Amino acid sequence: MKHEMTRDVQREVIALDVNGERRELLLPVHKTLLEVLREDMQLTGTKHGCELGECGTCTVLVDGRPELSCLVLPIQVAGRAITTIEGLAAGAKLHPLQQAFAELGAAQCGYCTPGILLSAKSLLETNARPSRDEIREALAGNLCRCTGYTKILEAVELAAGRMT
Amino acid sequence: MSTNGKFAVIGKPLPRVDAVAKVTGRAVYADDMLLPRTLHCRILRSPHPHARIVSIDTSAARRMPGVQAVITGADLPIKFGILPVTQDERALEHEKVRYVGDPIAAVAATDEEIAAAACDAIAVEFEVLEPVMSIDEGLAAPKDERIQDYGGPNNIHKLVALEFGDVEGGFARADHVREDVFFFQGSTHLPMEQHSAIATYVDGRVTLWSSTQVVHYVHRALAKVLEMPMNRIRVIGAAHGGGFGGKTDPFAHEIIVSKLAMMTGRPVKCTLTREEVFYAHRGRHPVLMWVRTGVTRDGRITAMHFRSALDGGAYGSYGVASTFYTGALQTVTYDIPAYRFEGCRVFTNKPPCGPKRGHGTPQPRFALEVHLEKIAHELGIDPVDLKQGNFVKPMTRTVNWLRVTSCGLDECTERVMSASGYRKREKRSGHGMGFAISSYLSGAGTAIYWNDMPHSEVQIKVDRGGVTAYCGAMEIGQGSDSVLAAIVAEELGLQPPDVRLVTADTDTTPIDLGSYSSRVTFMAGNAAIEAARKMRAMLVEAAASKMACDPTAVEVGGGRIGDFSFEEVSILAEARFGTLTSAGSYTPPKIAGPYKGAGVGPSPAYSYSACVVDLDADARTGLVHVNRIWIAHDVGRAINPLLVQGQVEGSVYMGLGEALMEEQAFRKGLHKWPSMLEYKSPTFLDMPDVETFIVETVDPEGPYGAKEAGQGPLLPVPPAVSCAVYDALGVWIDEVPITPEKIVEGLRRKAKGEPARFGPPRFPAIPYPPPIKVEPPSKDLDRAAPAAI
Repeated sequence: MKHEMTRDVQREVIALDVNGERRELLLPVHKTLLEVLREDMQLTGTKHGCELGECGTCTVLVDGRPELSCLVLPIQVAGRAITTIEGLAAGAKLHPLQQAFAELGAAQCGYCTPGILLSAKSLLETNARPSRDEIREALAGNLCRCTGYTKILEAVELAAGRMT
Repeated sequence: MSTNGKFAVIGKPLPRVDAVAKVTGRAVYADDMLLPRTLHCRILRSPHPHARIVSIDTSAARRMPGVQAVITGADLPIKFGILPVTQDERALEHEKVRYVGDPIAAVAATDEEIAAAACDAIAVEFEVLEPVMSIDEGLAAPKDERIQDYGGPNNIHKLVALEFGDVEGGFARADHVREDVFFFQGSTHLPMEQHSAIATYVDGRVTLWSSTQVVHYVHRALAKVLEMPMNRIRVIGAAHGGGFGGKTDPFAHEIIVSKLAMMTGRPVKCTLTREEVFYAHRGRHPVLMWVRTGVTRDGRITAMHFRSALDGGAYGSYGVASTFYTGALQTVTYDIPAYRFEGCRVFTNKPPCGPKRGHGTPQPRFALEVHLEKIAHELGIDPVDLKQGNFVKPMTRTVNWLRVTSCGLDECTERVMSASGYRKREKRSGHGMGFAISSYLSGAGTAIYWNDMPHSEVQIKVDRGGVTAYCGAMEIGQGSDSVLAAIVAEELGLQPPDVRLVTADTDTTPIDLGSYSSRVTFMAGNAAIEAARKMRAMLVEAAASKMACDPTAVEVGGGRIGDFSFEEVSILAEARFGTLTSAGSYTPPKIAGPYKGAGVGPSPAYSYSACVVDLDADARTGLVHVNRIWIAHDVGRAINPLLVQGQVEGSVYMGLGEALMEEQAFRKGLHKWPSMLEYKSPTFLDMPDVETFIVETVDPEGPYGAKEAGQGPLLPVPPAVSCAVYDALGVWIDEVPITPEKIVEGLRRKAKGEPARFGPPRFPAIPYPPPIKVEPPSKDLDRAAPAAI
């Protein structure tokens, strides 16, 4: 695909509510939420793996529901509550999911981990004690190449047990 | 180790030392870095699989606002490559392109979109050549011209032929001889992190942060191509988002951003797109294999002849080593008294293949295990019994001179047999179980380039109670930082979080050759033990002096040395000795055999695995559902069982992906599915429960007896799946991946009365040279080791 060499880029001031902090940003309207989080807000905990909505690595929560930030434009989520991995811990205290992932070795290279943690958080908010198959179903959109998924399943179960 | 001989850290399932950084998103990967004034780089790549470059016109790109620099091959003409014998790559090609994706020109611009648009504005005139797209085409005379100007005949890159012992005599002694042909399709690493690199040029020095597995080899390639001394170049491994072998070559983009930083005086960054990652590749070679084995009536192997043909892609990469590896490790699991290996790698107009987890050995392992399974069926012997009857014994030499020390094959086999109930399995159509074993290196025994220096070095500094360990080893997610911290902590009576790590930085850390060939725990681990014991001796001496006792009476452990806290002792010792530093290094024993090519295969120790796969296979649709996998892995000693389990489970996962779905396949030079959606890999829903057993054989040379865990457990999975499909449906799938289409076709042939098999029909005629005949060593390890051990 040929890239446009020059074009007039439309920009808008968009207010984003990320991890409870509101920021107004002047953004090209075509820039994805993933790019804005990483490049304009320095929230690099959100990773990219494909930029095509295939791997789940860039998952963030919008009003508590997982969204692929590479497929979302900021204007779609202006004013809604966005949670990234940086907003998962309460200050220096890890979220129970983070704690369980750390304890059980559920993160190896760690690149898919932020997205998986956020998908898992959303799951546990709607289903406090999911079965292993329900966890598999909820996380099926998040690929991981290191762990073979086993330790991730165990960590979600451990966290769910501790949270209820 | 504490004075009473018990471990305080080793063997404990402790969290990784970088766990919190990773679960909070604070680990900084190369693409997370954005230094002030960073320019963004994009690379123009070849749209043709094979073409001569007639001209390159960059003038329009250079005129575009925001473009700061444009370079072509004329700016980086020096060739490089990971192996000294195949320096065949350029960072940018200006004469000829050899695969779709071969880099031609690069742009640095103020933003990425401008850089991409400028690449589009570069006009390249090509003279398109006929592409060579398969092993058969590579063996035949080229229609236009050869891909590379070395090797041959035709597009053959490398031919090897070795013979150990009396092969003809062995076949003559056999009661039964069988031949089979197998094919193992190529696959790619698919790391979640796309390759990324960012370079600066300040005060005449280049600094490069990269998502590499091997800072040292990148360092060497940069020095060569940039024509700068290594002391002017610093390579730092950023937090690493997965490699699996795919980030073990020096890459064009790493050289390009360095050059562009030198030209512009600004930081330059390049992150490959996902599509580019598929074309960067260096993954699993597609390999066609032919194997002939002679056995006695009771299943003892008398001779084996193994042939391989590797589809190498367009460049050398690790290919010469990969070729040897397809023939090296057969003997490390089975006692083969006479063995002939003939290997061949051909160049094709596809992305270069290289090392992927198991490097060159999963393909022959698949062939060997399924082949022996077939022999067992023909002889009416239980396949597990036949294999077990041929297992190598500990402390022996193989016919091709490989030194086997600890070997837990029997125990691994018993563990998966009893847990899975394989021997008592219910026989019903559509349900099957399969068994296979494997082995892998704990680090290659020889370096990639010939030298006598250590393969790994560790320095330790103690200062006001703080401990810092420095090592060139690269943490790629496998847990090498955690292993180093555990070892240093164990020796100094501390816990891993007490040890600060500085790793993978060519300016500040002593050398480690990198994270490939499962070498880090073994080699950096041994170096760390040496360094830590020297430090411990100084601390103990200082404590003993103050306590007015003999050093042997000083207890180390629980954060204390003798009567003092660690911090107090560090002050006493610094007052006594000055700056507290120590160093340790590891050089593998010289154990290679006395023949050309003997450098590939030797390792200071081999890990062993055994695996059982339980699956349901549908005869109507060919669909396979894996119910459960049991895997036992002889890791020597688990320094951290949590990390070992993670490596084993991850290996099983990757092996299952290759067994059932993953395929790096091409159509007219283009990758068929260069996206994460279409390149099928197992998701949470595809992955069965895996039951892992850690077997500890305590290797005599491993750190605390440890061996590798990150690659070996992948290998038995594809053959175990194939054997399980046969168990379920009575059809042999002699080809990986084992897809529903192949199963259905195999069953259709069976129904027509043809052999119940899907696989390659034949092995091509290859002009192997006459084999180099090598006298085998004595099996007895002590008598067999001439100048070695």
